[in-house]
Amino acid sequence: METYKLTVNGQQKEVTADPSTPLLWVLREELKMTGTKYGCGIAACGACTVHIGGQAARSCVLPVSLVNNRPIVTIEAMADDPVGRIVQNSWVDEDVVQCGYCQSGQIMSAVALLKSMRKPTDKDIEESMGANLCRCGTYVRIRQAIKAAAQQLG
Amino acid sequence: MRSVTAGILTVGLVSVAALSGTGSPRAADTASEARPASSEGLAAWQQVYSVLTHPRCLNCHTATNYPQQGEDRHRHQFNVVRGPEGRGVPGLTCATCHQGATSKATGAPNCAECHKGADLNATAVPGGHGWHLAPLSMAWQDRSNKPLSSAQVCRAVTDRTKNQNMGGPELLKHHDEAALVQYAWQPGRRPDGTARALPPLTHTQFVEATRRWIEAGMPCPQQ
Repeated sequence: METYKLTVNGQQKEVTADPSTPLLWVLREELKMTGTKYGCGIAACGACTVHIGGQAARSCVLPVSLVNNRPIVTIEAMADDPVGRIVQNSWVDEDVVQCGYCQSGQIMSAVALLKSMRKPTDKDIEESMGANLCRCGTYVRIRQAIKAAAQQLG
Repeated sequence: MRSVTAGILTVGLVSVAALSGTGSPRAADTASEARPASSEGLAAWQQVYSVLTHPRCLNCHTATNYPQQGEDRHRHQFNVVRGPEGRGVPGLTCATCHQGATSKATGAPNCAECHKGADLNATAVPGGHGWHLAPLSMAWQDRSNKPLSSAQVCRAVTDRTKNQNMGGPELLKHHDEAALVQYAWQPGRRPDGTARALPPLTHTQFVEATRRWIEAGMPCPQQ
């Protein structure tokens, strides 16, 4: 077991964990931040997406020992994030969610996209969101919500 | 032509036999040593080529707008694309899934309670620092997904306008030390738990073959 100092949503956290422990389980089990979901455990569904150093990352395959000093941002911070807030509102306005399990990961990927590209095309959205799976098939509404958020972001 | 090819193969076999007993790589600039004969250099190149066209290398040295996966070199899952810098696109960069090292972390903390005896490392995602595709100028396959010929790959590798201006010492260092090159010999396991295939040479043999080829003046086959 090792002790790690992490910056999570702007706050300093200290956790003790085995170096190979996925960040997902540090967030969920140690820090009790359960907004980030466990879907597949092999970076194949996107439900566990968080931002590491500003980039979308699958926390289920990221050992806590490899985070180092990069800031971690999770779905819990999106309400206070200028882009995250707009995306979440757009998600509600477009009634995107069905069961909702994958949606925190979907939103984290969408925010990462919109922070880098303010006017994504359909192709951009498909390429950026292609690894976030939704068993309910809400893809059309996800695309609509991203486009609506992009319009608001100007 | 057949006799030339046979000669190259013979020297290649001799070279493999010699390489099998080599220790750690020596420095590249051993100028005092005699330059190996061209045939020996070509044989060393063939050894290098056998590695460069293995799926572990070829999957990222593609001629396509996407990376490939597996020994069958199928298109990367999830519509993953090259992106403007060979590192994916915003929201889905290579590093979104491929971390600084091949991950052994998978599953939930209590998976082993039910999956007794299972290899919970089996679904590890490949990783290495700075995961990215090689530039299209260093594609080692054609548009039909076939590996380029030995001569074609050799010309690309030795063309400084295509290889990011690498000369012999830089190429040797790339083969010896680059994290993504080293990954090829530590590829982890497939999702079904079986080991991913390794290149036909060990990393030490690969570096030594590269050194011999460079010391021979980086000769390329004519065709």
